[in-house]
Amino acid sequence: MKKLLAALVGTMALATAPVALSAEATKELKMAYDADPVTLDIHEQLSGGILQLSHMSFDPLVRWTKDLGFEGRLAESWERVDDKTMRFKLREGVKFHSGNEFTTKDVKFTYDRLKESQDFKAIFQPFSGINVIDDYTFELVTSEPFPLLLNTATYIFPLDSQFYSGETADGKKKSAIVKHGNSFASDNLSGTGPFVVKSRQQGVRMEFERFSDYWDEESPGNVKKIVLTPIKENNTRVSALLSGGVDFIAPVPPTDLDRIKRDKNSELVTMSGTRIILFHMNQERVEAFKNPKVRQAVAYAINQEGIAAKIMKGFATPAAQMSPTGYQGHNESLKPRYDVKKAQQLMKEAGYEDGFTITMMAPNNRYVNDDKIAQAAAAMLARINIKVDLKTLPKAQYWPEYDNRSGDMMLIGWHADTEDSANFFEFLTFCPEAGSGAGQYNAGNYCNPEIDALVAKANVETDIEKRTAMLQEVEKRLYDDAAFVPLHWQDLAWASKKNVKIEPILNVMNFPFLGDLVIE
Amino acid sequence: MLAFLVQRISQAVLVMFVISVIAFAIQDGLGDPLQEMVGMSVSMEEREALREELGLNDSMVVQYLRFAGNALQGDLGNSYFYGKPTLEVIAEHLPATLELVIGASLIIMFLSVPIGVYAAIKPQAWLAKFFMGVSTVGISIPVFLTAIVLIQIYSIGITIEWFPEDTGWGRWLNGALTTEGGLPSYGRGDELTHLFGTWYSGFFSTDGIMHLVLPCVSLASIMLPLFIRLIRAEMMEVLQSDYIRYARAKGLSSVRINFLHALKNTMLPVITVGGVQVGVMVAYTILTETVFQWPGVGLMFLEAITRSDIPLIVAYLMVVGLIFVITNTLVDLVYGLVNPTVKLTGKKA
Repeated sequence: MKKLLAALVGTMALATAPVALSAEATKELKMAYDADPVTLDIHEQLSGGILQLSHMSFDPLVRWTKDLGFEGRLAESWERVDDKTMRFKLREGVKFHSGNEFTTKDVKFTYDRLKESQDFKAIFQPFSGINVIDDYTFELVTSEPFPLLLNTATYIFPLDSQFYSGETADGKKKSAIVKHGNSFASDNLSGTGPFVVKSRQQGVRMEFERFSDYWDEESPGNVKKIVLTPIKENNTRVSALLSGGVDFIAPVPPTDLDRIKRDKNSELVTMSGTRIILFHMNQERVEAFKNPKVRQAVAYAINQEGIAAKIMKGFATPAAQMSPTGYQGHNESLKPRYDVKKAQQLMKEAGYEDGFTITMMAPNNRYVNDDKIAQAAAAMLARINIKVDLKTLPKAQYWPEYDNRSGDMMLIGWHADTEDSANFFEFLTFCPEAGSGAGQYNAGNYCNPEIDALVAKANVETDIEKRTAMLQEVEKRLYDDAAFVPLHWQDLAWASKKNVKIEPILNVMNFPFLGDLVIE
Repeated sequence: MLAFLVQRISQAVLVMFVISVIAFAIQDGLGDPLQEMVGMSVSMEEREALREELGLNDSMVVQYLRFAGNALQGDLGNSYFYGKPTLEVIAEHLPATLELVIGASLIIMFLSVPIGVYAAIKPQAWLAKFFMGVSTVGISIPVFLTAIVLIQIYSIGITIEWFPEDTGWGRWLNGALTTEGGLPSYGRGDELTHLFGTWYSGFFSTDGIMHLVLPCVSLASIMLPLFIRLIRAEMMEVLQSDYIRYARAKGLSSVRINFLHALKNTMLPVITVGGVQVGVMVAYTILTETVFQWPGVGLMFLEAITRSDIPLIVAYLMVVGLIFVITNTLVDLVYGLVNPTVKLTGKKA
């Protein structure tokens, strides 16, 4: 049996050798993500997978650089006309996959479609209109002065208006955005991006080929063909890389970081991420949480550094606020404040020396080690006599519970779609208000109108320095008030074979710019 | 015969009905399908509108009646995730699972018969004892562990340096235990042959077969020990019977006795159990397919659960229920044909 298999392995090695060589000559990239894009319609859903696809088959007007600056892509230049208007000049001679010429009419079409999209319309809510000036010049207009105009422009990936206009054979509008079921746009794609979708078997594999008329001739990228296989199981994904089945994987589970580091043929890239993991303390459900001293006691009792080191195995950056480094609101002076003595003291001052019992809820398959983090937090709270009744749930069942605010303390991870601090506050700490959607995920029911007003003021402040000061003050006040318990920013990790140079194309948003990828 | 078939078909309808009711009843516990369909920052109103559009706000009874009405016309609804009719999605994924089951069955057939027969003829031989010992271990190791170990050894490869490299025997042992890996660890490969409809086969190319090896061996590892033990036990019983003793007394060669007369009667119950076990194997594919990212119905079902893709879950359960009913019916029919003393409908003749 063993000999037989050994012989089998031998012939296998012989059989694959020539294939491997030719693969290198044509620079084919085989990669495995944990999921493949749900749809080809990039306006159907706002998710990491869809944005990754957007960066492969489309180009944004501007894109984020590694250090969170902006780099023009389809927009060649931009200037502020006044407080509420930004004028963009488009790159000329850009072609869509269909062969159509790219002009401002496509930008207008895309803008209108974004305004229709259930997932994107919230982000584009500050915009009041678009003025087309000529084929290559247009203006974006906002109703109020809007400091995040460029942040938002990173979401404008122009669609081929001619391609997506008209009707299909069975009389449906090609431009329709359909959440479920088949629409023209969910199966067909024409963008300006570096890769054309060649074939797609949902959940199985997707093939891309480099667009022969791609406008960016200065791009160092030399990948001709990409095969994307979704591999959900962490272990299988890592095995696929180690066995040479794929060249590039993401995400890398924390438990396998060492295994990949040890492997001499693989390379690991990690980065501190921007997704904050935190606990809300529900003041509506627990009377004690109305007392800032109790909230502070909880904040002092939780050992962020311990969780990051022991449970996350160093694969996280301990946090004392929501804004990660690089965001305007990031306040250097705020540090994790683990101190059990102090926490006990605060509990005593608040009159809760004997503690109380609360319920805690956390997902168990949404964030890295989410259930273990919650268990650790529960154990830490026992030291200040808060008894925790913990329940962890799969994400599909957790979010309905979250919407109902079913637990006294609930765990959530949040990534700001706008890559801006204000987004954290709007969703997580604003006074909850059903109508406007403010505080939609504020499961603590924390409410401080003064802070909300300050954020609102920052949101119309176009002077970056002033805005930065405001947002940092917000972080400071939330920290002092212990509005929530921040835990850490989850790190990101990718791994590839040594000859695949992934480092330069990766960024903290987790949109690898595969068009610029170099394989040696 | 006709009465039997009518009875079976009505049973099948009942089974389908019960499965669909159960699947519908548990859907509330499976979570909110919307969570996978919209981004986090989508407002409550937008969600509510979408929920209304999908008919998720209707009462369970209304939803079930709507589903049942469509199902009677052969429409089991659209998958939320794939955006296609669920039966179409299942038809696309079923061939991969069937090939996995066929491959594993072949391994089981070609290994269990000789080993089982050998262990029955020579129960005291150390090799027979070794096989029985290994099969006990095999039966108690979960399939995903087998799979992970196989991937590590034959796909990634292991380097063993336990023994002193400067002695001849040490080097030999190290070399003998070190593997190079190289077998594919995931998926079905690139070279699939189109047979018909949605069936793309991996059996007709080296690459396809290479991809089948590890998943099939893993899947076979759960059933193989069972069959070895079954064949051994049956064979030992048959070997005790009078006609075998008579054949021996008559002076027939032992090869003829063992493989012609004894084996034939041994295989009868094995075939029956085998037929039923194929159904069980379809269930075990869920684990195997997850570890090997094998794009079959098992993996599809597991992902449908994490996404709360309820129409797909219901359709899968119904299709698998149907497969069970069909295989059981076939097994009963075959059994009835082989052994005329069995009465299909259980009535007096």
